[in-house]
Amino acid sequence: MSEGEENITPEIVEEKEPSSLKLILALGIAGLISGIILVGTYIYTDPLIKANKAAATQSAIFKVLEGCESFTTLVLENDKLVEKIVDPNKEEKNDKDELIIYAGYNANKELIGFAIPGSEPGFQDIIGTIFGYDGTKKVIIGFEVLESKETPGLGDKIFKDADFQTNFAALAIEPEIIPVKKGEKQNPNEVETIAGATISSKAVVRLLNKTMAVWQKTIDDYIKENDLTVAEKQ
Amino acid sequence: MSDIENKSQAAQEFLKGLWKENPVFISVLGMCPALAVTNTAINSLAMGLATTFVLLCSSILVSLLKSIIPKQVRITAYIIIIATFVTVVDFSLAAFLPAIHKELGAFIALIVVNCLILGRQEAFASKNSVGLSILDALGMSVGFTFAMLCIGMPREILGSGSLFNIPLFGESFEPWVVMILPPGGFFMLGFLLLGFNWYAQRKKERELTKQTQKV
Repeated sequence: MSEGEENITPEIVEEKEPSSLKLILALGIAGLISGIILVGTYIYTDPLIKANKAAATQSAIFKVLEGCESFTTLVLENDKLVEKIVDPNKEEKNDKDELIIYAGYNANKELIGFAIPGSEPGFQDIIGTIFGYDGTKKVIIGFEVLESKETPGLGDKIFKDADFQTNFAALAIEPEIIPVKKGEKQNPNEVETIAGATISSKAVVRLLNKTMAVWQKTIDDYIKENDLTVAEKQ
Repeated sequence: MSDIENKSQAAQEFLKGLWKENPVFISVLGMCPALAVTNTAINSLAMGLATTFVLLCSSILVSLLKSIIPKQVRITAYIIIIATFVTVVDFSLAAFLPAIHKELGAFIALIVVNCLILGRQEAFASKNSVGLSILDALGMSVGFTFAMLCIGMPREILGSGSLFNIPLFGESFEPWVVMILPPGGFFMLGFLLLGFNWYAQRKKERELTKQTQKV
């Protein structure tokens, strides 16, 4: 027994030999190399990732505002909408607090409406959306889901179900949007919910009401101030 | 003679990951991605390939550095190496395949803690030559990707009525939604594990009867 112990002890001592300095150095170097690789990857991929995100936003804006050919970015500053000049080559990081909407124009540079991003907790996670809003008629004219983890086959019908999408062809926002059961829509401010996805549908309605509560007055002021008229759909 | 031996050993290191030591079906490693992202065939394939890249690169680096990394901090060093490659994959997917990046979401970052990868570094790459480590990593990766597809393809066929996003059945097909929900992953995995074990056991029994007959 004692012989065995003697045999084990030197091994343990041997293993403890490298000094802390050596260990710290080894990990430090590993961290350094890893850092260099990561910075290189980041520098190379960052512009591509940003371009992808910008393209996704742009295509969503064109989808929710039918006939849209160009758009400007508007930022909320001191309760007023101010046009923000975005340099596509030098896109700054968006502040989380910065509230942004987009004004879409048709080929004749006439205003079609506003694309407004909004998000709200759904059944599983935050549903991130963008929707089109006609500021003169005060109706929602398009709706697109950008981010969602809603249940496949059920909750994801909020962006896969064509019937549900027709709710947003001309949805009045005044006095407020109300969810109703399928087939019971009578007023322009009602949304027919999806059977089996009531929570997700109601989340969408809540999202629209909440977001419009934030923006409606500001958009009204902006339209008045700039004497804008919304182009008639052809 | 030794050449042939080397070759057969190399072949064995590669082949063991495919079947005999399949990471998912035999070692039951990497369960988190195997259950979470196998709801479509494309996601399964993408996760398999992302894991392949990370496992291969990490194995090469760990095998190269095995004499330099002090034993006491080896796990930390492995994690740094693995995390670096995972972040490279994460950025690259976001840049080149944003749709797949969106689908896989947090599970790309979670490749870092896939025990399959850390396990291969500790069990193989840190003790073997670079060449053998590459073969081992490739074999394990192919085995993992194969297993992911085994789970993912039936789930997509049954749950969405399509394969690689191509619809297979007509309008009248009513998809089994449960198959693309989390329980579907457990059903499919359980079913496959049952099949694998049943096959392995039958093979064993046959060999046993053969032996007894010979005796």
